[in-house]
Amino acid sequence: MPDVITPQEVYLASFQALKKRLAAKEPGWLQRLRQEAIQAFTELGFPTTRHEEWKYTSVTPIAQTPFQTPWEQKDLSWKPETAALEPWRSLSDVCLVFVNGSFCESLSSFQGLPSGVKAGNLASLLPGSPDGFMEHLARYADHRNHPFIALNTALWQDGAYLWLPKGTVLERPVHLLFISTAKDAPLVSHPRSLVLAERESQATIIESYLGVGEGVCFSNAVTEIVAGENTVLDHYQLQLENERSAHIATLQVYQDRNAHFTSGSVSLGGALVRNEVNAVLDAEGSECVLNGLYLAQGRQHMDNRTSMDHARPHCSSRQHYNGILDGHAAGVFNGRIIVRPDAQKTDAIQKNRNLLLSEEATVNTKPQLEIFANDVRCTHGATVGQIDPEALFYLRSRGIAQQDARNLLIYAFAGDILDRIRPAEVRTRVENALNARLASAPT
Amino acid sequence: MLSVKNLHASIGGREILQGVELEVHAGEVHAIMGPNGSGKSTLAQVLAGRDIYAVTGEVLYDGKDLLAMKPEERAREGIFLAFQYPVEILGVSNMYFLRSALNAIRKHRGLEELDAVDFLGLVDSKMKLLGMDQNFRERPVNAGFSGGEKKRNEIFQMLMLEPRLAILDETDSGLDIDAMKVVADGVNSLRSPGRAIVVVTHYQRLLNYIVPDFVHVQVNGRIVKSGGKELALELEEKGYVGVEEGFAEEAQSTKGSAVECRM
Repeated sequence: MPDVITPQEVYLASFQALKKRLAAKEPGWLQRLRQEAIQAFTELGFPTTRHEEWKYTSVTPIAQTPFQTPWEQKDLSWKPETAALEPWRSLSDVCLVFVNGSFCESLSSFQGLPSGVKAGNLASLLPGSPDGFMEHLARYADHRNHPFIALNTALWQDGAYLWLPKGTVLERPVHLLFISTAKDAPLVSHPRSLVLAERESQATIIESYLGVGEGVCFSNAVTEIVAGENTVLDHYQLQLENERSAHIATLQVYQDRNAHFTSGSVSLGGALVRNEVNAVLDAEGSECVLNGLYLAQGRQHMDNRTSMDHARPHCSSRQHYNGILDGHAAGVFNGRIIVRPDAQKTDAIQKNRNLLLSEEATVNTKPQLEIFANDVRCTHGATVGQIDPEALFYLRSRGIAQQDARNLLIYAFAGDILDRIRPAEVRTRVENALNARLASAPT
Repeated sequence: MLSVKNLHASIGGREILQGVELEVHAGEVHAIMGPNGSGKSTLAQVLAGRDIYAVTGEVLYDGKDLLAMKPEERAREGIFLAFQYPVEILGVSNMYFLRSALNAIRKHRGLEELDAVDFLGLVDSKMKLLGMDQNFRERPVNAGFSGGEKKRNEIFQMLMLEPRLAILDETDSGLDIDAMKVVADGVNSLRSPGRAIVVVTHYQRLLNYIVPDFVHVQVNGRIVKSGGKELALELEEKGYVGVEEGFAEEAQSTKGSAVECRM
């Protein structure tokens, strides 16, 4: 097919355009990084289901859609529908808003952020980046071997940064709100964020991905988090893209000694979704907790992939992912636990439970344990089940309508994960979004 | 109030109810006794609307076709089944569950939903009556409950929902004597001229505390004998086989279970 432009070439053209735009502004090291990443993407190409890592998730819809980058679109005017955003913006006084990957200062707020804490949009740090911060960029997320991380690294325009100096304790969460909105032409953005938590700092970070309108979007996000010694970080990712959009996100976490990292991922939106959380426990005493909930209906495809790399002794990890799948939806959970030869006394638990609400819904769940140490505790369990007809009858026999009883049981299943969301304001919003989802579900 | 005529129910090609006849009027307490496997629990479940059985026959409830009603409609019309094996529901608190149920029933009856204060007030008074622990309120429905706690919870729900026709399926089994008295007190507090209670039990013991107006013996999916409360004592004394004398056909086919019942 000589005349057909390959999917890769579309992104290469974007890269050339971006290169011209940014050449004057960006430091040489970043230009070289972008070049290296696009080179890697060119070599890797889009993965196919023949790749073990992508066996259950076909990205063909992404590869075959001619996504434009925001700067290629003529009509960039976007009036924020503040009413729709308000419940999310009001989540915290510290809220950084990005629209299609670009920082939107007028919607953002930094109220009450303690002095010393640096937060803002990553692009504003260029070209004169502060010492010791930007050197962390792209150090953890593997752009050499992962095509979508490579694409992001080559093409990112903006994203958030948060730098917590030693000993800082943030009382209120930092909310990063990424809005995707497209008109007639499909649109891609590559949000890139970096969090550096120095020793003994503590914070809650929320990443929300919100689809506004009916246009087709593709968010390809990468967030790197460096959790220094003795830090306590809580991270939440709420994915509410519209049901025509694609969402691929990588959360890359690096943990130093005694760092305590907790993540809660909730996926409700998107047509094609892949969430990867990769944690490296690279010093003794670090703890990592990954919780996740995915709820898919219609023809939604949701793939959650975790990698827990126990690189040092005396670290512990917990993973609890629950999936609810209705209609023709497909779910995937792949949980990898690596215990390096040195990582004695590792304590790792992984659980994945799935609730299938229809005959057509499917789920592929796969634990992947690679244990090279001999004195460790590693357990995993995966279940796939349906609504218990006896429980349904019990509720109905008390006067609760069938649909309400069913929703109550679905909600209870989700509650196992929702209860692990600590900030009440986050939990309430997730509950509301979940209830709206259940109420809208076809019966 | 309840009129059961020639009720058959089968599951997986096995006929469990084989023509049950039963008349229950408002204000009455009926006991249905019988050996294991005689279909007592099936009768209770069919009346509450469990949909796993193929059912034929006629059941009228206040003159309405009960078999055509969904389980939730039956509950809203005042039918309550205290389950033999209450179901554990993880992730749903007792209070959330009960408030949803109560408000669904109240709405159906044209009453306003109870607000949180009134609801909790009602909960406290009923819990006190049954000697239940406060911590029970936020626990998930029946999860981690002992057998006795589950049975007590059924009676508690019954007192909250104030049914017109309460069906108690083996509510006494597994209870110690003190717990049984508490349960019986709860049931007796509900007795009124407008209500009817059907007690399904294996043992005569409970009927010392919930004294029935009528006793029926169910064997092999049919009610083979009916009488007053003295029938229960007769059963206790002679066993099911003794009572069945004169019902040669039934006695023949139920010997096995009758023996099992005496042990």
